[in-house]
Amino acid sequence: MNLNFRKGMFHGLPIALGYLSVSFGFGIMAVKSGLSVFASAMISVTNLTSAGQVAGVGIIVAGGTLFEMALTQLIINLRYSLMSLSLSQKLSPEFTLRHRLMVSYGITDEIFAVASAQPCLLTPSYMYGMILVAFLGWVSGTVLGASAGEILPKEVTDAMGIVLYGMFLAIIIPPSRKQKSVLFTVVLSALISILFRYVFTDISSGFAIIISALVSASVGALLFPVKDDEEEVQKQ
Amino acid sequence: MSIAIYIAVMAGVTYLIRMIPLTFFRRKIKSRFFKSLLYYIPYAVLSAMTIPAIFYSTGDMVTSVVGTVIAVILAYFNLPLIVVALAAAATAFLTGLII
Repeated sequence: MNLNFRKGMFHGLPIALGYLSVSFGFGIMAVKSGLSVFASAMISVTNLTSAGQVAGVGIIVAGGTLFEMALTQLIINLRYSLMSLSLSQKLSPEFTLRHRLMVSYGITDEIFAVASAQPCLLTPSYMYGMILVAFLGWVSGTVLGASAGEILPKEVTDAMGIVLYGMFLAIIIPPSRKQKSVLFTVVLSALISILFRYVFTDISSGFAIIISALVSASVGALLFPVKDDEEEVQKQ
Repeated sequence: MSIAIYIAVMAGVTYLIRMIPLTFFRRKIKSRFFKSLLYYIPYAVLSAMTIPAIFYSTGDMVTSVVGTVIAVILAYFNLPLIVVALAAAATAFLTGLII
């Protein structure tokens, strides 16, 4: 087996373990929302992302429009375009168009984090190894979670419903501690989201997320513009 | 509407967002506002998705709130994502057993 591929698989292992439990929560949530095990698994196979999938299930269950679905995925997953942009500067010459098209599928927060921390240029084999292992963790966790709904006691699957949201909190709280600007944006977004939930209840869940996020991030960007060097640091 | 169409749209949009910059885009984004917006959006999205939905996530307001409090405390002390996520679920489960 190619050495880079093996190295990638090895680096993907901790990612896969983390994914396993989170996608387990996703599987439980999707089935509880009324989706089949197969549909839940297909969402994980084709999307490989947490927040977008949760919002997507919400829209499917609510019978939202395809426009709402597309726009929600665009806003929620917009961060990947930044990560792809950053990684595009770090690809080895072996990366032909075909490899770029394939590897694009597997750009997630965690894979981006590990890949961009590598001191050398990224080879296609390395990326394939890491993406493959992470993918297996994500999909098998989904299938297990979705099937477990019928095996596990209701108390356990109910409690697992909080897993993904717990992970989201773990992503937003540490930077909110460090940067007042992030704290401001996060609190504003939560307040607008609460308004939609209890006051402007006609707005569907997908649009409520889009509006809350765009308004709060725009206000945050106007009040606290990011310094240029923060981008540079991310790139190294 | 068929669920397959929903999934196709979801997957297509998500793939294009990842693929277009990695494959075609070579310039650097110059607008400071746009850069800042892209920097804040992930946090804003996750916040809006989590609150208030997390309080309904276990089907019971009390167990959800207790699980949330534990998650917030552990996240505040920088514990790994997976620890925070599973501790929230374990707390909600144990709270459910007590009440």
